[in-house]
Amino acid sequence: MEAHTLVDGTAKKKKVKRNLAERIPNGGWLAISLIAALLFWTILSLIPSTSRSFPNVFLVVESIGTMMQRGVFWKDIGSSLISVTSGFSIGFILSLPVAIVMAWYKPIRFIIEPWIQFIRNIPPLAYVPLVVISAGVGRTPQIIVITIATFLVMSITIYQGIKNIDPTLIKAARVLGAKDRDIFMRVIAPASLPFIITAIRLGTAVGLTSLIAAESTGAQAGLGMRIRALSNTFESSPMLLYIIIIGIIGLIFERLVKLLERRLTGWQEKRDV
Amino acid sequence: MAGKTGRVKVKINQVKKIFDSRNGEVVALNGIDLDIHENEFVTVVGPSGCGKSTLLNIIAGLEKPTSGTVSCDGKEITGTGTERGVVFQQYALFPWLTVKGNVEFGLKLQGIKGKEAEEIARKYIKLVDLQDFINHYPKELSGGMKQRVAIARAYAANPSVLLMDEPFGALDAQTRTQLQEELLHTWDSEQKTCFFITHDVEEAILLGQKVVIMSARPGRIKETVDIDIPYPRNQETRMTQEFLEKKNYIWGQVYQEYLAVRK
Repeated sequence: MEAHTLVDGTAKKKKVKRNLAERIPNGGWLAISLIAALLFWTILSLIPSTSRSFPNVFLVVESIGTMMQRGVFWKDIGSSLISVTSGFSIGFILSLPVAIVMAWYKPIRFIIEPWIQFIRNIPPLAYVPLVVISAGVGRTPQIIVITIATFLVMSITIYQGIKNIDPTLIKAARVLGAKDRDIFMRVIAPASLPFIITAIRLGTAVGLTSLIAAESTGAQAGLGMRIRALSNTFESSPMLLYIIIIGIIGLIFERLVKLLERRLTGWQEKRDV
Repeated sequence: MAGKTGRVKVKINQVKKIFDSRNGEVVALNGIDLDIHENEFVTVVGPSGCGKSTLLNIIAGLEKPTSGTVSCDGKEITGTGTERGVVFQQYALFPWLTVKGNVEFGLKLQGIKGKEAEEIARKYIKLVDLQDFINHYPKELSGGMKQRVAIARAYAANPSVLLMDEPFGALDAQTRTQLQEELLHTWDSEQKTCFFITHDVEEAILLGQKVVIMSARPGRIKETVDIDIPYPRNQETRMTQEFLEKKNYIWGQVYQEYLAVRK
């Protein structure tokens, strides 16, 4: 009897909670979340010990104008985007064949995989000086650093995806008359698409997070380079602005990948978050 | 009416299969001899791990026997071939293709394209009663519907031998009885040789003209029982005296093997 009422009680509680979550539309929650963040930010800007790192919203917005006046705002964003997208693209193009070869030929997998795993755990910032010694300064080392970082995470992700393709699907294709080439084009390729998209998502995120490291190679412009430069003059408003911009770019990337995912892999049984 | 014509379609000759495992060699099949006649419906029962699926994979050409031969239409089997279709227990549908895309998969590999492929696909999708789901993806279908698609896919490639590895094992009892009757119906209209693996003795008797009982590992054929109950068979067949007698007998034989496995 007691257990019964207990169950009822929790059921009721859940119901109320769900109602509150459902009554406010998703857009409403986004607004609430934004307001909460702004409030938190404002509090930080008022507390003396944190106010120097967190200038208030108005000062940060104002700094857009300052950076534009200096003529670097769009140049920085543009430069970073070029570095990230080219590094990511090269990393992606390299990771596909490497992942496929690792999944297909065991000896190659045994030789390559441990090293990919090993280097993957090293923060890019650590090997930046080595890259600069060989590649000099400018755009090239930036792209190289991002290429390495994105290649490592994407090749492992795609390889693991291909390795986990249900072997019965390959059997089913074989008994329907598929040759190796058909298996690759008609089974492996579409079956690994979800993992390729996951790899793209991880790759763009890693590309952005290694941006600061990449732009510490004597870059002329760029969001990461500028943040470092601004720290020399303690200009925290534009610094915070640039940090937020990196976050926004990440958000846009993720949205684009989601769009891609919905278009290409809507057939998936489970959609991962 | 489909049935025995006397011509041997698939000949299994002294097939032995040994797997290498960490604990040494495992004999999965030991000296299997079996003739499957043209248009015959052969069912196989036996305890799990008796090598039923291995035998099916060897006939399909997905695995090679360690020794012995299997031939189809007098030609030795060395690999997969479109004259031998397979229906798997786990459906094995391509999730990125619609029902139609799945059924057309084998046709496209055979070079049949466009309108012609579509017509054949439609015919078999209709045969398994899924015409209303032709553009649905597998994730939108129930287990029974998925297995219907898999059967339609196998049929569309027009094999003369249909190999089924516990195709209804993962389905609920109601769906299973429904698909059993549908399968009997299509077997009758499509004239195929069927090799059907199951762990369900009743299913084996209801469907098969011949029930092969396999022994526990190492897998051997313990006995082959002819089922002379005339077709068309349906669920009422289960109530007949003849059916019940066969069921008791075969179940007894299989049970002995289950006990052997436990020991």
